[in-house]
Amino acid sequence: MNPNLLWYIPLLPFLGFLLNGTIGRKFPRPLVVAVALFFTAIPAGIVAYLWTVLKAAGAPLAISVVSKPWIAVSGFTVNFAFTVDHLTLLMLSIITGVGFLIHLYSAGYMAHEEGFWRFFAYLNLFMFFMLVLVLSANFLLLFVGWEGVGLASYLLIGFYFTKDSAANAGKKAFVVNRIGDLGLLIAMFLLIANFHTLNFDGVFAQIAANPTISTCLLTAIGFMLLLGATGKSAQIPLYVWLPDAMEGPTPVSALIHAATMVTAGIYMMARCHVILDRAPSVMITIAIIGAVTALMAATIGLVQHDIKRVLAYSTVSQLGYMVLACGVGAYTAGVFHLMTHAFFKALLFLAAGSVIHAVGGEQDMRKMGGLRSKIPVTFWTMTIGVFTIAGAPLLAAFFSKDEILYQAFISPSPVGKLVWLIGVITAGLTSFYMFRLWFKTFFGAPRFEEATDAHHGHHDAHAGHGIHVHESPLVMTLPLMILAVLSALSGFLGVPEAFGGHDEFGHFLAPVLSSGEAEHAASAASPILLASVSVAMFAVGLLVAWQMYYRKPGTGAALAAKLKPVYSLLDHKYWVDEIYGTVIVAPLAMISRFGFGAVESGVVQGVPTAGAGITRGVGAIARRMQSGNIRSYAGWLALGAAVILFLAIFTQVPVR
Amino acid sequence: MVPVSYYLILAAILFTIGMASFLVKRNVISVFMSIELMLNAVNLTFVAFSHMWHQVSGQIFVFFVMVVAAAEAAVGLAIIIALFRARQTLSIDQVDLMKN
Repeated sequence: MNPNLLWYIPLLPFLGFLLNGTIGRKFPRPLVVAVALFFTAIPAGIVAYLWTVLKAAGAPLAISVVSKPWIAVSGFTVNFAFTVDHLTLLMLSIITGVGFLIHLYSAGYMAHEEGFWRFFAYLNLFMFFMLVLVLSANFLLLFVGWEGVGLASYLLIGFYFTKDSAANAGKKAFVVNRIGDLGLLIAMFLLIANFHTLNFDGVFAQIAANPTISTCLLTAIGFMLLLGATGKSAQIPLYVWLPDAMEGPTPVSALIHAATMVTAGIYMMARCHVILDRAPSVMITIAIIGAVTALMAATIGLVQHDIKRVLAYSTVSQLGYMVLACGVGAYTAGVFHLMTHAFFKALLFLAAGSVIHAVGGEQDMRKMGGLRSKIPVTFWTMTIGVFTIAGAPLLAAFFSKDEILYQAFISPSPVGKLVWLIGVITAGLTSFYMFRLWFKTFFGAPRFEEATDAHHGHHDAHAGHGIHVHESPLVMTLPLMILAVLSALSGFLGVPEAFGGHDEFGHFLAPVLSSGEAEHAASAASPILLASVSVAMFAVGLLVAWQMYYRKPGTGAALAAKLKPVYSLLDHKYWVDEIYGTVIVAPLAMISRFGFGAVESGVVQGVPTAGAGITRGVGAIARRMQSGNIRSYAGWLALGAAVILFLAIFTQVPVR
Repeated sequence: MVPVSYYLILAAILFTIGMASFLVKRNVISVFMSIELMLNAVNLTFVAFSHMWHQVSGQIFVFFVMVVAAAEAAVGLAIIIALFRARQTLSIDQVDLMKN
């Protein structure tokens, strides 16, 4: 094949962005959708074509395309270079595939919104940067995509920019991500200083070829990469932006949470596994951060009332699983979970959007209930999503999550058993809060008649007169159905040998993510036994939720009242935002106020003011000379002439 | 033969008288006359040096000065007439409209 085809994969969405972003305002809505979908579908087609090439070519896959040098200074060169290997191909498929479905869904979901063209332009821009991120053959181009998705997410989260909370959420995402980006930047500086290249191949080859490279250096780089990943993939301590990102329109949540941005950190860690494998302390930190994030986010998810926020915290929690997997060296399992998560989380978000659409913009689960028969397609697809994420046997997350837990249990990592335990507990919590959402939304008596003027940015014609519940149009339900099928079945790609499968997924990624899992074969742990523990956790979560929210719907509130301090702690999300507010934001605000008072009005404004004052003073003197009186001019002239004559005659100054 | 310094002293005296009256007179016409006086003082030095060095250029320069002075007098008088019609005064202290 012609490698130049790779250029078109990101450039087409960019073209779509340009078209819709510049003259889209004048387009009729169907044309805006057509442009956005067209420029997303073609890259998806190219990716599909790449799969056929892969099939034909056999295992070793590495297509690259390199431009002229981008930066070339004294021996250090960076090119515009794209490369496709197995990992990239997988990411490309997820991004273009799920991204296309989300575009399609948005056409229905956003149909009544202002700024329709702007929304689709941003979506395409997001696709562009994400594709650059995964296609890049070096750290710098990866960083371009990395920053780009940050920008696009800022634009999308703050899409309802007239709403304060949305604008603030956009800013928060941007600022928090910048902190992580600093980590990635420093990692890049360290790489340049020590390896004199930013190409993935170059760096990894040097590290692989040289066993004497100081662990210290690799640890430093690893920690900085980890910092970058915590920002982008919403891990402790930088996860706070992701739940707030719910302020964006629901398809944006699906796009950011499922298919693209938050997976960038996982992708980057998997890509850099050569560095991380050589830095054991970083690995341990990654595993612990992942596990703690998973648990903490899951506990917060227990008590949320906003349907989208439950999903948001579940995303943070699931990302914790993926990071955990990277931390115990099970990159393949992490990427596997990334893929299944992309399907089922996109499904869940889009289904939640469909629910919100149905009840006229209401997002509070306390005002839902009984929706099961009214919106059957949404109900059934969401049911598949809920059962999948909860870990029901034979659905996708059952395989991918269990693979992570299994790998954690048998890994030689000193914290392997610990993170396994945390992961299992989290699995139970996940099952519980997802079924809580399911029961509260779809079962029991309807609780939404009294909801009248709830907008939440979704300007629905029905708001204000009670709610006319209606199923979403086909353009929205079709992506739901496709994603439901993918969620249910994609797990079979990675059935491990222990269950009679062949682990096609693992073999597929083996050329890229080969290390880290070789020595596991000798372990005595039974995968069947570990899997049954997970199934038990699923069952417990389901039963408890069923008991609390279906059989005796008041139990939840009663329990909350009984365990007031715990509930309050969870309800306030461990006061993390408040702690950040006190420890970081307030001192910064104080410094800013000082800066404004002393520096801004003292120095920054003072210096020009003083300069202006001096000029004015001199001018006041000079002005007196310009009296308009011709005799005074002549007098000054005569005086000047006299001075010059005096100097010429009585001093040594040559006057010419 | 009269030494050249005599001419120069006379020219200096004439120039100083012209400049002094230029500085103190209020009547525009008097100011004009004092300018003519200064120009003639300069002309006198030109002619004196021209004679001393046996060079014709000084004499020629005097013609230029006289031409300029004549042109200036013509334009200046026209301005003075226009000014008098507009303001009914010839005192330069009362016509400093371009001040500042």
